[in-house]
Amino acid sequence: MERVAAVILLAGCCVFAQVPGGRGGAPASSPKDAAPIDLTGYWMSVVTEDWRYRMVTPAPGDYQGVPMTPAARKLADAWDPARDEAAGEQCKSYGAPALLRVPEMLHITWQDDKTLRMDTDAGKQTRLFHFGDWKAPAGPATLQGDSAAEWEITRAGRGDPNAPPQAKGSLKVTTTHLKPGYLRKNGVPYSENAALTEFFDVVEEHPGDFWMIVTIVVNDPVYLREPFIITSQFRKQASDAGWKPSECSARW
Amino acid sequence: MRRHTLVAGALLCVAWPAAAQIDLSGSWAAKNFEDAMERGAGPNPLDFAGLPFNESGRAKALSYSQSQLSMPERICAFYTQWHMMIGPFSLKIWNEQDPLTGKTAAWVIGGWETRGPMTIWMDGRPHPSPNAPHTQTGFTTGKWDGDVLSAVTTHMKTGYARRNGAPISDQAVITQHFIRHGDMLTVTGMLEDPVYLAEPYYITRTFVLTQNMVNAAGPPCIPGDEGVEEGRVPHYLPGKNPFLDEMFRIYHIPQEAALGGPETMYPAFREKLKDKFVIPPKCTRNCGAGGN
Repeated sequence: MERVAAVILLAGCCVFAQVPGGRGGAPASSPKDAAPIDLTGYWMSVVTEDWRYRMVTPAPGDYQGVPMTPAARKLADAWDPARDEAAGEQCKSYGAPALLRVPEMLHITWQDDKTLRMDTDAGKQTRLFHFGDWKAPAGPATLQGDSAAEWEITRAGRGDPNAPPQAKGSLKVTTTHLKPGYLRKNGVPYSENAALTEFFDVVEEHPGDFWMIVTIVVNDPVYLREPFIITSQFRKQASDAGWKPSECSARW
Repeated sequence: MRRHTLVAGALLCVAWPAAAQIDLSGSWAAKNFEDAMERGAGPNPLDFAGLPFNESGRAKALSYSQSQLSMPERICAFYTQWHMMIGPFSLKIWNEQDPLTGKTAAWVIGGWETRGPMTIWMDGRPHPSPNAPHTQTGFTTGKWDGDVLSAVTTHMKTGYARRNGAPISDQAVITQHFIRHGDMLTVTGMLEDPVYLAEPYYITRTFVLTQNMVNAAGPPCIPGDEGVEEGRVPHYLPGKNPFLDEMFRIYHIPQEAALGGPETMYPAFREKLKDKFVIPPKCTRNCGAGGN
């Protein structure tokens, strides 16, 4: 009996440590309520990497770092921003796989209890992250694709056993049904078969100084030889100061 | 005995969350898709765009000559731990356990030819006195925040924020977070330096778990004569650096951007460049082979 009690005690403890819950430990009634991290607010790009591919437009033929297939190379070599402008496709470098590499400010809000919304000032794009049993609507592929979201909630109650349980975790977003676009402004392509997986984490570097880290994985069997893995960082802003909406540009 | 079983169970239950950790051990292959040239062959001379220098940092960087690495006493000097963030190499990670308690006393990230191993002490020991000797590898402590391992490194010797001479002082502090998502390990790095930086320098990179063995130490460095005579420190006097226009010549990036500063990290800086920048007609060097 005692052995059973000990086993139950152990099992209960370990299960409790892994059960997802809302912040503060209360049972979550919605994805919004269950959020282990707060992604809402204004976030500013901090561009310290790939600077010359992001802050300015790289030269035609400058593809360093991207594991392109020969087919991708051929397509990129034919990059013509004037043609994109004429076709009304100035936003090809603002699609979901490239959007978080654009120097920009993000505004993240809850559109409803199951939908996290991300707006950008650069290019005036909107992404919607759908939680739960959301089904993508039929229709043509879009620049921002269809994004399914889930919290990756890790253990709770680590450390002080007397402290209230507090969930930690990440946001995982999987995006498909993408309209073809550019990974970089100078025409490095991704295809309609591309799939995007992102992990959003938040770290507090100093009290009140929050950074959002986005690990980005682009899979594209047509134009990438292997998954293209990069990471972008954003610093939380106290207000919308700096929010400056601008149109897409094929050249800048 | 029975009571002991229950007590042990209860203790384990209480202790489990603190002891349980994400396992970071293994061989992690570097994915150098971003900053590919900077992490691989090395950055262009005087490419400081996006680096939050203060005036002292910029002045010192402008005096730097790459030939300093050929000085006999520097050929085999390690870089500091910041090199983990800006170098090309993969990581070998393991934990060191306290033989009595079985708890992880430290996480260790193996070194390489260019960087010493990083021991992240997890046993609560304090950092040494500010007056304690500094080393190339510094002193690192860590703690778990949820499933994220956070580490702080102090007590490093002077080094480089970029491998083109952008300096960091011996007062610099590195804060890192190790975030595991399945077979991916994202590592953030925040470099703070009251001497040469006006704001934190923040970069991130990702590694992928691999079955290919990553060694815990690199090959030995063998000093040799690379032509810099003893006692000479290669450098450039103020205003004499011959690479001032290098970034403009290759990429059309204006000097005000290439020479860095905190404003160059933020989107608003593009407004200053918009009317000055012209897309180069064609990539002429270091273009990537449609690959790396």
